[in-house]
Amino acid sequence: MADIRYLAPRTLDEAVSAYAAAAGAGRILAGGTDLIVQMRAGMVRPGTIIDIKKIEEMTAIQETPDGGFVIGAAVPGAVLAEHPRFGKAWPGVLEAINLIGSTQVQGRASAGGNLCNASPAGDSVPAMVAAGAAVTIQGPDGRRSLPVEAVPAGPGRTNLAPGEIVVSFTLPPRPKGSGDAYLRMIPRTEMDIAVVGCGVNLTIENGVVKAARVGLGAVAPTVLLVEDAAKALVGSKLEDAALDAAAAACSAACRPINDKRGTIAYRTRVAGVLLKRTAAIAADRARGA
Amino acid sequence: MNVINKPDVIGNKWIGARTIRPDGADKVTGRAAYAADNVMPGMIWGKVLRSPHAHARIRSIDTSKAEKLAGVKAVVTHKDIVDFPLDKSVMLGIQDMRWMCRNVMAREKALFHGHPIAAVAATSEEIAAEACKLIEVDYEVLPHVIDIADAIRPDAPILHDFVQFEGKPSNIAGTMVLKSGDIEAGFKDADIIVERTFDSRPVHQGYIEPQACTVSYAADGRVTIWSSSQGQFMVRAMTSLLTGIPQSDIRAIPAEIGGGFGAKTIIYLEPVAVMLSKKSGRPVKMVMTREEVMRATGPAPGSLSTVKIGAKKDGTLVAAQGTFYLQAGGLPGSPLRGPVGCSFAAYAIPNVLSVGYDVVSNRSKVAAYRAPGAPLGAFATECVLDEIAEKLGLDPLEMRLKNSAREGDKAIYGPVFGHVTFAETVDAIRRHPHYTAPLDRNPRPGVKRGRGVASGFWYNAGGESSVQVNITEDGNVVVTTGHPDVGGSRASIANVVAELFGIEHKRVSVLIGDTATIGFSNLTGGSRVTFASAMVATLSTEKVIGQLKERAAKIWNIDAEAIKWQDGMALPAGDNAGKFPPLSLKELAARANDMGGPIGTQVQLNTTGADPGFATHCVDVEVDVDLGIIRVLRYTAAQDVGRALHPSYVEGQIQGGVVQGIGWALSEEYLYDRNGKLDNAGFLDYRMPVCSDVPMIEPIMLEIPNPKHPQGVRGVGEAPIVPPLAAIANAVYDALGKRFTSLPMSPPKVLERLEQP
Repeated sequence: MADIRYLAPRTLDEAVSAYAAAAGAGRILAGGTDLIVQMRAGMVRPGTIIDIKKIEEMTAIQETPDGGFVIGAAVPGAVLAEHPRFGKAWPGVLEAINLIGSTQVQGRASAGGNLCNASPAGDSVPAMVAAGAAVTIQGPDGRRSLPVEAVPAGPGRTNLAPGEIVVSFTLPPRPKGSGDAYLRMIPRTEMDIAVVGCGVNLTIENGVVKAARVGLGAVAPTVLLVEDAAKALVGSKLEDAALDAAAAACSAACRPINDKRGTIAYRTRVAGVLLKRTAAIAADRARGA
Repeated sequence: MNVINKPDVIGNKWIGARTIRPDGADKVTGRAAYAADNVMPGMIWGKVLRSPHAHARIRSIDTSKAEKLAGVKAVVTHKDIVDFPLDKSVMLGIQDMRWMCRNVMAREKALFHGHPIAAVAATSEEIAAEACKLIEVDYEVLPHVIDIADAIRPDAPILHDFVQFEGKPSNIAGTMVLKSGDIEAGFKDADIIVERTFDSRPVHQGYIEPQACTVSYAADGRVTIWSSSQGQFMVRAMTSLLTGIPQSDIRAIPAEIGGGFGAKTIIYLEPVAVMLSKKSGRPVKMVMTREEVMRATGPAPGSLSTVKIGAKKDGTLVAAQGTFYLQAGGLPGSPLRGPVGCSFAAYAIPNVLSVGYDVVSNRSKVAAYRAPGAPLGAFATECVLDEIAEKLGLDPLEMRLKNSAREGDKAIYGPVFGHVTFAETVDAIRRHPHYTAPLDRNPRPGVKRGRGVASGFWYNAGGESSVQVNITEDGNVVVTTGHPDVGGSRASIANVVAELFGIEHKRVSVLIGDTATIGFSNLTGGSRVTFASAMVATLSTEKVIGQLKERAAKIWNIDAEAIKWQDGMALPAGDNAGKFPPLSLKELAARANDMGGPIGTQVQLNTTGADPGFATHCVDVEVDVDLGIIRVLRYTAAQDVGRALHPSYVEGQIQGGVVQGIGWALSEEYLYDRNGKLDNAGFLDYRMPVCSDVPMIEPIMLEIPNPKHPQGVRGVGEAPIVPPLAAIANAVYDALGKRFTSLPMSPPKVLERLEQP
């Protein structure tokens, strides 16, 4: 029944020093759609909660001069969905972020929280990995950047150093002929957690895949970047053989567990199925782009 | 009873009208007072300490540290709850108090993870929860068993030493056998026999409102209980038995109820809160969390069933045998009469043997859930029938029609059927555009579609109801019943009473009384309340109309028999009676005190004549064969509803039953970890269907009046959950050519089955 200290700093420096000072007892609050639930369930009992939603950089959506985007880590899904250009450039990333929770939860839930919660099943993460997004991190020792896939360390654990806060996601500019997509398998049609999630990002030139990235969720302790699947696609025209090889690479990359949401056999098989379906959507978008 | 005032169905103004529901405005504006909304001055909070083990002997419980924590006002254990010794059964309805006292508070053993061990009342919920952690329980952890197949093995851990089966300690705590004819001769006579074994997991009723109560034990020893239940009189009686306080000292006040589906026909918190309030001298409030609801309140049982049916080549059924093991949970009490009595009831089969076994295992004790047990029996039976029809090359509906029970047949569960309306439900589906529409079986690569049908039966019930009808001084009507309204009983009764009085519907208010303000009324359950309370409300209203006629007779100085009641007014019955201007209800009410006093009455009756309910369903499914996902595309449900007093509610009952059946068939299940702990104690991983998972379900209401009821009412709430499990399994077979005998048909299971030859 210990008291909880709630802080809502207006600058990142204040947030970082408060977070560092709280040591292990501090928790970052963005939308709170994981933290509050975990507190209610008695899974975490933070001594200090640092609400980062009053920090401008963390709630801003910026377009870079070269055509990329910088998305504040605390930007809610619903806000991102209303951006006039983001969804056109990154429809897969947007649909993945918009799958976090319900419509109500979308008013709060953010990609930064989804990443730092470090669930292997977080919906936005495979799409961000496929997009090649980098995160900007600020900590007591200053700023650094990491690829998204380098942030999770295992279920509920990240590679962030003590006092470090994820500030924003940087998405690169889009070459012509690019498209991305995210699909997840859930038993229901909504209000559920991915049994397998798959993000695919393609750049197609004259019908040939020039660049590809594949992210897979819920099939290993962390979200995976599946380079073998990407290799199978690059240089192909997405013929059945290439898709079969990429699907096989996805299945081969899986190191899942049996749990209440799915079995090892099921997840391994479905990872390949989703790769094909996601790639088909990404390719359609790339060809239309 | 006699048929009274059988209405002209066509000429009704209010019966059958979709009137505005009396509870609607409060519910949509958030004003409705549910059990957890009650607060009292000086109120403190109760919390339950629950077993962390699936099976353990309780050596000792030391509450001294908890009692010393600042803010703690009372601690109770099983010692504070009346002990019903194991050697003598004490029944309240279908509930045995030996099991209820042990379910409310563990005595000798913790029988499931989450079983209540002790409870604390403190000045805040947090202190109460903290104090629970200070209670020291010495457990001897025992091997546990969850699944039926494991629990009935000879080497299974035994839950109860006193339970014997065939002379040996066993987890089979009870049996039920129904038979007719000569089963062996019947199978010898058959041209085709199909025998299959089916299994299913426990499923929760999924009501949104967790159990909650506030209890005040006053200084004079009188107890007031505010709680959410399907029967305030059940709350009073069960609390009385479990606390030793006489019923006359307990007043149970029903809150608005946020769903029950049968589960709130027993109690968990009330006796505990009473003893906490008695010990502390303070009002005590207890509210379960969703996790507690999932871990410790009753789901429907899991099942392991074998059904064997024999038929002649022409589809005539000659023999049927069912063996149904149901998973009771930690204490006995599976709803055996559901599968044993209902599975074959709709069919005229000369030789039947139907046997049920009540199997205990280390999970929460089952509670009623819509047509308790019947969907499990129908799952097995209706799938076997589908297979027989297919093998004989017969239309599955034609085969059901051919074998329908008929008027005068003796039902396997005892009575002789009156008019049987089963065939009408089959025929309604057979002629429906859904059943006759072509089905695109392969709309896209990787997608297969199929269509299935199944039928269902439920007994329905009558029983005790009390209804007061009082005329207000300004000439309107207040009706009080003794039943919590879970399915539209208030709206339905308002329609009936307005019709009988011949007045505007909005002039009738229907309220739910508490145990001190209305006569005894049995539980809301078994699809009985609208049947029973409409019957008793009719008698009450007719009595009051009689009183009104007598008042008019006095005023006009003529015989009451010479007066008729019409359109809310007393009129001379004919020219011979004399010429008088009509006297309206308002005028008679205004003159009530001059002419003999207040106008009103209460009628109390044990109602009979609840004819059974029949349903036949048709469903189209689509299977994603690469992901193993089954989606329901179209669903049509035909049911004999007797008379739909309020059609929107009847449709809602049918649609709700089907949706719950869809969840049971496809996605809902209790998952336990290695230690016997429920692994999905919440709505995220206990997957009930959400809106987007189900299509609009089309109800076909067949209004075939029940001749034994004044308005022709038949219970409608249970029958719609009986067919969906089998209907969906049959549709999946139609799509894939593979029979699924294990529920739920979850994606991993479907994919695994598809990979098998």
